[in-house]
Amino acid sequence: MSSQQKLVVAHAPYWHDGSKISTKNYNIMIAALPAVLMGISQYGAPALAVIAFAMAFAMIWEVIWNLILGKPASIGDGSAAVTGMLLGMLMPATAPWWVIALGTFIAIIVGKQIFGGIGFNPLNPPLLALAMLVISFKGVFDFDEALRHYDLGFVMTYPLADLKAFGTGAIGKFSLGDLFMGRQAGAIGSTFGLGLIVGGLYLMLRGHMRWEISLSFLAGVFITALLFNLSDPAKYASPVFHLLTGYTLIAAFFLVPEDSSSPANFIPMLIFGAMAGLGTVLIRNIGAYVDGVPFAILLMNLANPLLDKIRPKAIGKVVENA
Amino acid sequence: MIKRSFLGLVKPRLEYNVVPDPIQELPVPGRVTLLLKEPQNGGGASALKVGDAVKTGQRLAASPDSAEYVIASVTGTMSAMATYVDGYGQKYAAITIDASGQDDWDDEFNKELSLDTALKFFEYAPGNPSFKPFADPEKTIRTIVINGMDQDLLLTANQYVVQNEAAEIKSGVQALKKMTGVDRIVITVPDSLVQQANTTGAEVKTVSPTYPDGLPHMIMKEVVGQVVPGGNTPEDQGVTFINAEAAAALGAAFETGQLRVTKVVTVVGKDGKTTNVRTRIGTPLRDVLQACNVSLNDRDRLVLGGAMRGAATYSEDLPVEPRTDGIVVQDEADSAQTTDYPCINCGECIRICPVKIPVNMLVRFLEARLYEDAAAMYDLHCCIECGLCSYVCVSRIPIFQYIKLGKYELSLIETAEAANE
Repeated sequence: MSSQQKLVVAHAPYWHDGSKISTKNYNIMIAALPAVLMGISQYGAPALAVIAFAMAFAMIWEVIWNLILGKPASIGDGSAAVTGMLLGMLMPATAPWWVIALGTFIAIIVGKQIFGGIGFNPLNPPLLALAMLVISFKGVFDFDEALRHYDLGFVMTYPLADLKAFGTGAIGKFSLGDLFMGRQAGAIGSTFGLGLIVGGLYLMLRGHMRWEISLSFLAGVFITALLFNLSDPAKYASPVFHLLTGYTLIAAFFLVPEDSSSPANFIPMLIFGAMAGLGTVLIRNIGAYVDGVPFAILLMNLANPLLDKIRPKAIGKVVENA
Repeated sequence: MIKRSFLGLVKPRLEYNVVPDPIQELPVPGRVTLLLKEPQNGGGASALKVGDAVKTGQRLAASPDSAEYVIASVTGTMSAMATYVDGYGQKYAAITIDASGQDDWDDEFNKELSLDTALKFFEYAPGNPSFKPFADPEKTIRTIVINGMDQDLLLTANQYVVQNEAAEIKSGVQALKKMTGVDRIVITVPDSLVQQANTTGAEVKTVSPTYPDGLPHMIMKEVVGQVVPGGNTPEDQGVTFINAEAAAALGAAFETGQLRVTKVVTVVGKDGKTTNVRTRIGTPLRDVLQACNVSLNDRDRLVLGGAMRGAATYSEDLPVEPRTDGIVVQDEADSAQTTDYPCINCGECIRICPVKIPVNMLVRFLEARLYEDAAAMYDLHCCIECGLCSYVCVSRIPIFQYIKLGKYELSLIETAEAANE
């Protein structure tokens, strides 16, 4: 049997819904733009430089790794760019270039590529990098210290640091409206609450993010902070303050729901998010660090494979020895 | 092709086409090819020779007592015999018959209402029914489900038959009852065909028009109310499925005394336009496509069956078979391409899986060729093969292909173990 035309044979299905990894990652970058632009408008060229450096370095590390290992170029999927962008958003505008280079190296190579690349990272790459940088270079991530030359017309102290050092008496000067609109000191892309929420809603509605993880993380933060606040309002800040400061919102919408390092089943997603939120507030309120976001989430990342074993019974599954 | 909607929060719903297209009767082709299944252990001495005269409705088998046979769909002369191997390694003898143009009916079929008749003449009926479960002493069939729903998207071949041939289905239902001794016969149709289905004398049940609810395993769960355990078939549960077209073919044969040798096929063109045609079984796909004004270019796809579960084929010379409910032609630009990207654990497949398989874990085991672990821990055998996981995969992993491969490899292992015992 011969045929004139050369037809292409493949396995079913012959339809696809058209989704792609690159589309997903570009959408994440679009969603992050409002917060990034706000940071750039506040801190000017240095903030732009940090974001641009971080994205460029992240992509360069990935290209170098692909070249050394002779793997096909994976730069086009946008994953390295997203990692770089998110790491940049977590840094102060004054971060020196070598910290950015080192941080993106940790995120891309240590956090992702040595485990096998996209899809294989057990930990959230930007958070792993952030955690290692925070431990290694105290001054760089001390926002009061880093941003001491800036005066942007609002209170230029880092709210969480004030809370940690001086208790609730010191945070009366922050109005919740200011915090929500990004009028607070902090990292480039993580202070503009409104922008982050808009970006997060965009990702949720377009289905590029698992809303279950985001919302349960926020609920975890809120409820834990509320319990602390109820137990001793003089000592512990209000839950809304915890939601609007530090890395809470960027974590909720861009870091906790990272695909590879978080569960995919419904109940595990809720537990994962809620426990990360709980851990965040525990570290902030009674732990040693100013912001607990990176450590709480990294800890839950490690629990992810175990959590994801909680899953519905497949229909038709035969249970032996039942 | 239905793309992801802009708002991706809700999971995509793929709906069956429930408006059967009008039918176009195709002329008798000049040449038909019938695929005669060869037994796994090689064929015996063939009773068929090139040059033999063949009558319409004649039973053609490798030897008189062979269980595998085809029914000639035209009168003419056998002009060629070749071997054809399908995508799963099954060997067939491809028998080509040059049609003489006139139908001269074979008279071996004698309208006797017995299971033997069913086994002897109707296994090659349009719709590809199987009567073997009735003859299997290990199975007790208590219910027959006549599936008036099509199993894949866009296809309406079965629904066309329910809509227009309810009288034949009614005779078919009676014939089935007498031949098999089964009392409970259910017909499953979409809401739009309930009126016609009510006249068939079978118990009418409706099926939701959402894919994959027309698949036998889903009908078992939603309509019959029995979940088929993973790895089992509905027949193990005492239920067998017969397409509406096969039931109609059965009825028509007992009314007219002539076996039905035509098949209703839904042809889906490159623009997604559907047409129903009725053609002789064995008609080359080329003739069908020409009649529907569908042209093929290099690198296009020609799919037998439907878009989700069909099988792409490489030649227009292949014939319409009794099981060919649809022919889908896809332009190269519209063809879904797979990649070798790893799973990124986004969870889309988990949310869409109709039987709640943890596809994200399953595919990791299948990629690593750990088929036995995949079956033991991650429910490989529960899969009902709807293809939705591949359809939504962001990494475009050929998940469905991995699943079929895994099941195939496991079946080889089981066969080898059985042979060693």
